[in-house]
Amino acid sequence: MTEPVIVRVNVNGVEYARRVEPRLLLSDFLRNDLGLTGTHVGCEHGVCGACTVLVNGDSVRSCLLLAIQLDGAKVETVEGLGTAQALHSVQKAFHEHHALQCGFCTPGMLMTTIDLLRKSPLANDEDIREGLSGNLCRCTGYQNIVRAVRQAADQLNTLATDEAIS
Amino acid sequence: MKPPPFDYLAADCVEAAVQALAGAGGDGKLIAGGQSLMPMLNFRLLRPSILIDINRIPDLAYIRDDGNEICIGPLARHRMLETSDVIARQFPVLHEAMGYVAHLAIRNRGTIGGSLSHADPAAELPMMSLLLDACLVVQSLSGRRTITARDFFLGALTTALEEGDMLVEVRLPKLPKGTGWAFEEVARRSGDFALASVAVIIGSDGDRISDLRIGMMGIGETPMRALDAERILTGQRYSEATVTAAVEAIRAAVEPNTDLHASAEYRRHLVGVLAQQALARAWARLREATQ
Repeated sequence: MTEPVIVRVNVNGVEYARRVEPRLLLSDFLRNDLGLTGTHVGCEHGVCGACTVLVNGDSVRSCLLLAIQLDGAKVETVEGLGTAQALHSVQKAFHEHHALQCGFCTPGMLMTTIDLLRKSPLANDEDIREGLSGNLCRCTGYQNIVRAVRQAADQLNTLATDEAIS
Repeated sequence: MKPPPFDYLAADCVEAAVQALAGAGGDGKLIAGGQSLMPMLNFRLLRPSILIDINRIPDLAYIRDDGNEICIGPLARHRMLETSDVIARQFPVLHEAMGYVAHLAIRNRGTIGGSLSHADPAAELPMMSLLLDACLVVQSLSGRRTITARDFFLGALTTALEEGDMLVEVRLPKLPKGTGWAFEEVARRSGDFALASVAVIIGSDGDRISDLRIGMMGIGETPMRALDAERILTGQRYSEATVTAAVEAIRAAVEPNTDLHASAEYRRHLVGVLAQQALARAWARLREATQ
C-alpha cells in the first residue's frame, strides 16, 4: 500500500501540511485532521450536498474528493466566510430570513450559494431553486432559503450596478 | 461509508497512466472527476488495488474545432462543456443536455471521459455520444484505436473498454448548418438521473424528413437509437400520423425496467410522450432555420 504522504493545502488562507492515507476523504481531512467541523458530512455519496466546499473557486462535494488529490489546492469552507460577530452577507441573509432550523445543511447551502452567486445572476427564483437542487434540507421546506438567496443575489446585483454607474 | 485502502498514483502523462493500469492487471481504476467512482468506493462496491489519478496530466481538458470534427479531451469537465461557445454553436442539443447533468458541484468536477467510461444507462453524456455518432479514441499499451459510440455501450456500467484501456479523446462529427434538434427529459427532481429522456436531430430534403436520429435513455440497460422510428419517419412528410406511428414503434421497441422511481409501464408511456415532443420541437427548429 502507498504509505501516507504529505499534502499541502491552503484552507481559508492558511497553509496546512498533513500526512494522509490515500483513501482519506477531503471531508474527513477537513473535519478530523484540521478540526474544521463546519463542513458537515451527511450521505457520503454526493447526494445531500451538506459537505459542499469550494476547491480552487468551484463548489465540490468534499466527500467525493480525496485529500491526497488536493496537493497545492486552495480550499474554502464555511469557516472562511464570516464570524459570529461579522457575518458574511450570505450568512446574514440566511439569518434574517430564518433560512435554517437544525443547521445541518447550512454550510453546504452557503458554500453552494457563494458559487452560484459568482457564476449566475440568479435572475429569478427558478434559477435559485435549480441551483440549490443538489442540497437537501429536511427542516425548512426551502422557502426561506430561497428568500435568503434572493436577498443575497439582489444585494450583489445592486452592488454591481452601482459600481458600473460609478 | 469510507473507501477501502488502495495504492494511489497521480499520473503525469497518458503513457504513465496506461502503464500503471496494465501493471495492475485488471485491479486498477482510473479516476478523473470521481463523481461516479467515489460513491462506489465509499459504498465499497469496488476495491481497486490502485487508483490512477489522471487529473494532473496536462492538456487533457480541451474542446477543439478540428475542421470536420469537434475533439474533446477526456478531462473536459461537464461545466466546461456546459459553458463552451464551441459546443453551444456546433451542438446546441448537447449544450441543452448539459444543463440536465446533475448539479453545479457535480458538473464542476465530473468529466466527459469519466461519464462515458462509467456508462450509467440514465446519464446524459452516453446518450449524447450515441446521438452525435461520437468516435471514442482509446489508448492502451498496444497503442491507440477508435470505437464508435454505437459499439461502445454494451450494458449497464459495461463498455467495450478492455482491461488496460484509457479513453483519451471524444470526436464529434459536425452537423450540417440548420439541423433541427431537441432534448426532452423527465426526472423526479432537477439534476436527478432521468426517468426517461429523448433527443432528436433532424434534417430535411425538400419537405421530407432526412438525416433523422433519435436517441433515448432510461428505457433499458444502455442508451439506444430508435432505429425503427427513424426508418418510419425518414423520407416522409412530417405529419401527425407518421409521428404517431413512430411513437408506437418506440414504445414497442423499448424494454424499460421497473424500479423505485417508476414502473416499466410508466417509462414506456413517458418515452413516447417525450419522443413526440422532441420530434415536434426539432422539426419546428429546422423549419425556422431553413426559412
